Amino acid sequence: MALPTYASPLEKIWHYAYLVICGLIFLFLIAPILIVIPLSFNAEPYFTFTEKMLSFDPTGYSTRWYDMLLTFGMVDPEAARDGSWWADAWANAAWINAAKNSVIIGFFSTVLATCLGTLAALGLSRPEMPFRRTIMAVLISPMIVPIIITATGLFFFYSATGLANTYIGIIMAHATLGIPFVIITVTATLVGFDHSLTRAAASLGADPTTTFFKITMPLILPGVISGALFAFVTSFDEVVVVLFVAAHDQQTIPRQMWNGIREQISPAILSVATILVVISIALLTTVELLRRRSERLRGVSPS
Amino acid sequence: MSDAVAATSTTEKLTTADGKPLKAALARSQARNRRRAFYLVMPLLLFVVVTFLIPIGQMLSMSVTNTGFYSWKDRDTGETVPLMVELREWFDANPAGTEPDEAAYAALRAGLAHARETKSIGQIGTRINYEVSGTRSMFTSTARKAERMEPPFKEAILDADDEWADPKLWAAMRNASKSVTLDFYLAALDRTRDADGNIVKVEEERAVYVLLFQRTLILSALITFLTLVLGFPIAHLLATLPLSKSNLLMIFVLLPFWTSLLVRTTSWIVLLQSQGVVNDIGVAAGLIADENRIQMIYNQTGTIIAMTHILLPFMVLPLYSVMRPIDPSYVRAARSLGATSWTAFRRVYMPQTVPGIGAGGLLVFILAVGYYITPALVGGSSGQLISNLIAFHMQKSLNWSLAAALASLLLAGVLLLYWLYDRLVGIDNLKLG
Repeated sequence: MALPTYASPLEKIWHYAYLVICGLIFLFLIAPILIVIPLSFNAEPYFTFTEKMLSFDPTGYSTRWYDMLLTFGMVDPEAARDGSWWADAWANAAWINAAKNSVIIGFFSTVLATCLGTLAALGLSRPEMPFRRTIMAVLISPMIVPIIITATGLFFFYSATGLANTYIGIIMAHATLGIPFVIITVTATLVGFDHSLTRAAASLGADPTTTFFKITMPLILPGVISGALFAFVTSFDEVVVVLFVAAHDQQTIPRQMWNGIREQISPAILSVATILVVISIALLTTVELLRRRSERLRGVSPS
Repeated sequence: MSDAVAATSTTEKLTTADGKPLKAALARSQARNRRRAFYLVMPLLLFVVVTFLIPIGQMLSMSVTNTGFYSWKDRDTGETVPLMVELREWFDANPAGTEPDEAAYAALRAGLAHARETKSIGQIGTRINYEVSGTRSMFTSTARKAERMEPPFKEAILDADDEWADPKLWAAMRNASKSVTLDFYLAALDRTRDADGNIVKVEEERAVYVLLFQRTLILSALITFLTLVLGFPIAHLLATLPLSKSNLLMIFVLLPFWTSLLVRTTSWIVLLQSQGVVNDIGVAAGLIADENRIQMIYNQTGTIIAMTHILLPFMVLPLYSVMRPIDPSYVRAARSLGATSWTAFRRVYMPQTVPGIGAGGLLVFILAVGYYITPALVGGSSGQLISNLIAFHMQKSLNWSLAAALASLLLAGVLLLYWLYDRLVGIDNLKLG
């Protein structure tokens, strides 16, 4: 994006204006995500920077909202912080219970989506697959169909079949929502897959199972893991289906946040948001590293 | 002997080693490969059918059937009881528009008394209330008296409430006794039936759905346009920078993409509320007077800003993947042939980015039309979209058939756009990061 030497003064001005505009758009993209981090350390129950925070006075900052995540819902939050206090927090704190539910649902729905999705992607990437386009369109559709429609349909279906208010019901629903991501990432990895490798393995006497685990799997693994991470994030961030089909005591982190935002927004929400931002930074880094590894494995060097 | 067979067959027909015609063997092997590929996909396909297609099918059937008027499921015994049997027989015997006679009123009384006995009168009243509002209490109060009524029933019922003579009510009851009805679709399009069964528009003040569909489309188009305006410059910058730098800047696009939707919505609430950061900066800079801070959240503005931010990555990523391979020498060639930089951009660069604009625009529009969470949290009353109304009918008013009808209309629109997307872009080209 270097400016050519023959650029006129007007073009030069426009070029720098363009860079400023781009900078502002990047600010628009990232500022809302980063702003919650300092605000979550606010000592006051406000959503803006106080005088003390702006003058970097340490008393303006505190971790009280993070502490509240632990104590909210506990039987005896005032007790001394020994083993039994932590046991109490683990068993009763509302946010910890929500996190436990989110992780359980996220884990099982990810496993389900990844296994089924990877198998299907292997089938879909074969040239002889019949009705390839149609089936692909059907399998991707949970991502496209508005979530409220999926939730409405599931509500009717689960009420009729007795799956409402069960973990299995939520896990199945979340797996369905995560499947498109697994399909997309795994098929993208398989596009560059050299099929002569599997034929070579077969000609050297490997049976299909050995070929799959020794040859195919290590090569597509980065795509599978990215897909799994996408599926996990989808489940971890999903609130509408949970609101429609889960029981009242089946709280998840997004549902707890949803209630918090709707009823009475407190900076505790911002501390949860900060934790989630940190998690998403970690996930993004992982996916980026995996992508580079996948490119290296397939011999596609970043140009 | 085998030599002889081989020699003759090469001249006539190619065969495999065990003597089968090569063509058939090839066909069989291809069929086997097809089956294998299909078996790999089958488990997932079955799973998606059960957890996605069947529920949506059930929703579609819900939008054309509502058993509220003629069938009651007893919660204790689990038995299904038919309701209003006599009245439905009378409807079958008499064509639409017949003045209800004594027989009709007698049938109505019997139905009401039976409904009160089975405690299903609330459900019946609710069902008719969807069509003619304000009738629910009429049903419950008349049913309470129905048991003690003496013939002639017409007078007795009209005595209880003279609204029973309303021909619109009778038309509604006739419609509600049909097993398949399109009335909920009519309601979803602000239409209703008059006493003679003709389709007419509802009164001005009750017509909300068409307006809401319009608002959803207009806001989605606006948001798509805004994401394009904001996404185009940065996609262009990312595509023209060297990869090492653009990969770094890409984080600005991908981090929002990976961050929880609720986190991003919360951030916008924090930023835009009247005591929030943006207003504070404005006040500190002297742009906004402290007493009239701008209300940017809990209204349409909030929905537009937050959704533009949330959907921006879906515009940038397809644009980027189209812009990256564009050869910069085209623009240089145009410049060297005397085009100004604007002409070179407009006539040479822009046309090459059209596939990206189409892909990103369609994707953002599809996602925006069905958006629920962000409008629900930051939209206030003026920033609600059609999804929020579906949720309202599902959770608050409990008119599930109307919710299903609205959802089916939305689904039809989205599927049409999805089909278009598949046609123009191809779902295989959907990229994430």
